[in-house]
Amino acid sequence: MSTKTTTIDRRSFLKASALTGGGLIIGFNFFTACKPEVEPSIDISQLNFNDFNAFIKIADNGAVTIFAPNPEIGQGVKTSMPMIIAEELDVEWKNVHVVQGGLDTDVFERQVAGGSQSIRHGWDPLRQTGATARQMLINAAAARWGVDAAECSVVNGMIFNNKGDKLGYGEVAVEAAALEVPKDVKLKDPKYYKIIGQNVQNVDIDEIITGKPLFGLDFKREGMLYASVMRPPAFGQKLTSFDDTVARSKEGVVDIFKFGNKIAVLATSTWAAMRGKKSLVAVWEDESPLESTKDHDKILLDLLEGKEFKTLRSDGNVKNAFASADQILERTYESPILPHNCLEPMNFFANVTDEKVELVGPIQTPKWTADRISKILERDLKDISLEMTRMGGGYGRRLYGDFALEAAEISNIARKPVQVIFSREDDMADGIYRPAIKYKISAAIKDNKITGYHLKEAAINNGMYDLVPNFFPAGAIENYQVDSASYKSNITTGAWRAPYTNFLAFAEQSFFDELAETMAVDRVQLRLDLLQNVKGTTDEKIQYSAERMEKVINTVVKKSNWGKVKGNVFQGFSAYYCHNTHVAEVADVVMESGVPVVKKVTCVIDCGIVVNPLGALNQVEGGVLDGIGHAMYGNLDFINGTPQSVNFDTYRLIRMKETPKVETHFIKNDIAPTGLGEPALPPAAAALANAIKAATGVRLTKQPFIENKDIFG
Amino acid sequence: MPMYDLKINGKSYAVEVSADTPVLWVLRDHLNLLGTKYGCGIGQCGSCTIHLDGEPVKSCSLTVSLVSGKSITTIEGLSENGNHPVQEAWKEIDVPQCGYCQSGQIMTAVAFLDKNSNPNKEEIREAMHGNLCRCASYNRIENAVAKAAKKTN
Repeated sequence: MSTKTTTIDRRSFLKASALTGGGLIIGFNFFTACKPEVEPSIDISQLNFNDFNAFIKIADNGAVTIFAPNPEIGQGVKTSMPMIIAEELDVEWKNVHVVQGGLDTDVFERQVAGGSQSIRHGWDPLRQTGATARQMLINAAAARWGVDAAECSVVNGMIFNNKGDKLGYGEVAVEAAALEVPKDVKLKDPKYYKIIGQNVQNVDIDEIITGKPLFGLDFKREGMLYASVMRPPAFGQKLTSFDDTVARSKEGVVDIFKFGNKIAVLATSTWAAMRGKKSLVAVWEDESPLESTKDHDKILLDLLEGKEFKTLRSDGNVKNAFASADQILERTYESPILPHNCLEPMNFFANVTDEKVELVGPIQTPKWTADRISKILERDLKDISLEMTRMGGGYGRRLYGDFALEAAEISNIARKPVQVIFSREDDMADGIYRPAIKYKISAAIKDNKITGYHLKEAAINNGMYDLVPNFFPAGAIENYQVDSASYKSNITTGAWRAPYTNFLAFAEQSFFDELAETMAVDRVQLRLDLLQNVKGTTDEKIQYSAERMEKVINTVVKKSNWGKVKGNVFQGFSAYYCHNTHVAEVADVVMESGVPVVKKVTCVIDCGIVVNPLGALNQVEGGVLDGIGHAMYGNLDFINGTPQSVNFDTYRLIRMKETPKVETHFIKNDIAPTGLGEPALPPAAAALANAIKAATGVRLTKQPFIENKDIFG
Repeated sequence: MPMYDLKINGKSYAVEVSADTPVLWVLRDHLNLLGTKYGCGIGQCGSCTIHLDGEPVKSCSLTVSLVSGKSITTIEGLSENGNHPVQEAWKEIDVPQCGYCQSGQIMTAVAFLDKNSNPNKEEIREAMHGNLCRCASYNRIENAVAKAAKKTN
């Protein structure tokens, strides 16, 4: 058994009515992906992952309530984080009731969903929370019995001593809460886990399948008004004047006013608000040049050929390597702007009164959002409450809280409870998008070895965050350089599931496939050989493990029947590390009526201990299909600052008939768990593109794939 | 505003709304039946799927004036205790990720299985094609429909 020192302080423990423990954390590296004006002001260096205080409550009858600290966006943390507490607390899962914790800027801190980091950073604190509470319950029972706590044991919420006495947790909960918080608690050896590693159903499953109100849009309040907001029709425009005469005459419309650069239409129903907005006549003027995708394409390609780069990592001497190369392979990869398209459009409830500011809705960054609203409304943070609802998807979009700020501003003006609702068109046209990025990758080959590797990035707004240049093949190639350049656009961009790597993995893993072809070597062996160079590295920036990567690669080769499939099946391979997780994927494509169709993706993933395999499999399946769907179809073109698709009639998302079967294998080990919400996505597009190359002979370098006429007609 | 008598989940409701109001918003804003979800408003995502006289329809694109005298079933009326075979299959397979689209998926699946109780894989994929799942829980939806079919046979 390992022993860890907790830092739960007595003050936070005594805040609960019965017993408290707690946990919540989150680190992330991807806020650097955001535009300055939408960048959450969280200083990662200030995060102390032992500083936590969520609640465990134990009733007299032994029933346990665990507050899920983090926002639930479909990644399953409302289930898996409480599982970790329950494991160490040592209670039966069927006796645990999970409740979403609220944002309490005093008691709870740092509640964020992002960067696939909830479980990774929560792992130690959540276990310590459960174990600390368990030890206090034992200590209380031992004191009552007058025995040494070391002679007591627990099983499933019952405490035993060696005289044959027993007490339930509920019987000693009140006494336990009054005890000193133990400094050292023992954490379980993973081999004794009873909950972690079991298939546990989503804690909200019954509510979801019966249509119970769980989501932000389901929140209702007596007297609440629905607000539809008219925002600039093009990025770069501002409001000059508007005529609301017709809109005001519409049934159900209560009020219309300008706030900032927007117009709010308040009505007694969603339909009335949406209809009212359609009747508004607004005049807009250009504030900055209106941008088009065509311009972006040229600007980014020019940047790749220019000299305005920031070097993010440089090993050896790339210039010399290229100068002495026998052969150079060079490719450019291109990606479009993508909207998030959470199926539940952006929305938020606010009720601003003289006494308080009440906020309810789906948000990945509740603390940051409450802080900003405090500043904008000039209200004391203690007057602000924020309740997190379940989220109908996030994928990064709900990090930004712009919709919550709008709700607060509108309610502050109207002094009425208001729910801001984005229509689908609003949601797609007023996004904080995945930026369009282009990569140019060059490799120097000498004596049939890769002697140099040079990656250049040209991105809209912001380039990759600083961990990324240290991912594979950093450390594997002697002369290696990553350069980044960016163009400042007035189109807002930000984090989108697996920021940067969602496209970079496609570029690099396609490039390695082509490198293998150029060098006439085995495409898998090429990666395995490169990984040998990383073993034993002393470079602390290199966080991926050559051994763990080797294992996922070798396992996927075996599980996918790589190289041994027959007939009309063509395979593509890809492997990637991000969010601290190692993944290898093989896509199987068949030709149907002359068109490649992906039938199966085999995914092998090493994310350490799998807390909830049932939920984990869902994340991997979803991640792979999301990666394939967006690589195949995702594209948001802009003309003069306006997106050319604003609803699902013209914007294509993957649908069931287009989905392959995803076969997932987890590497079993006892390593602390790492990210899972994102890392299955990045390698999927390259696995598919490499399989399409095998099937058609055509190498894809540009997303979305569907626009390639040579392949898809 | 005109009054409409609606028959929903076996109960009668009288609502006073403008004639062009989609059934989706009548359900959600006027009757507090919140299981039917808004996703696109143009009948493309399937989140708002309900049954109209047993047929699956997109309630966002169906105005209230067209449904008088017809029988509407929403996710809330599918079963007493969430134990319709399709709901049970959804639970056993633990289908949802974010869960937002799932009531629409379930309503589409129920109507489909009522017509075809022993579907093959291709028929399931065809039937569910109109329902988007942004989390892409498609493998599990497909498996759950197949499992529900077995339960009803």
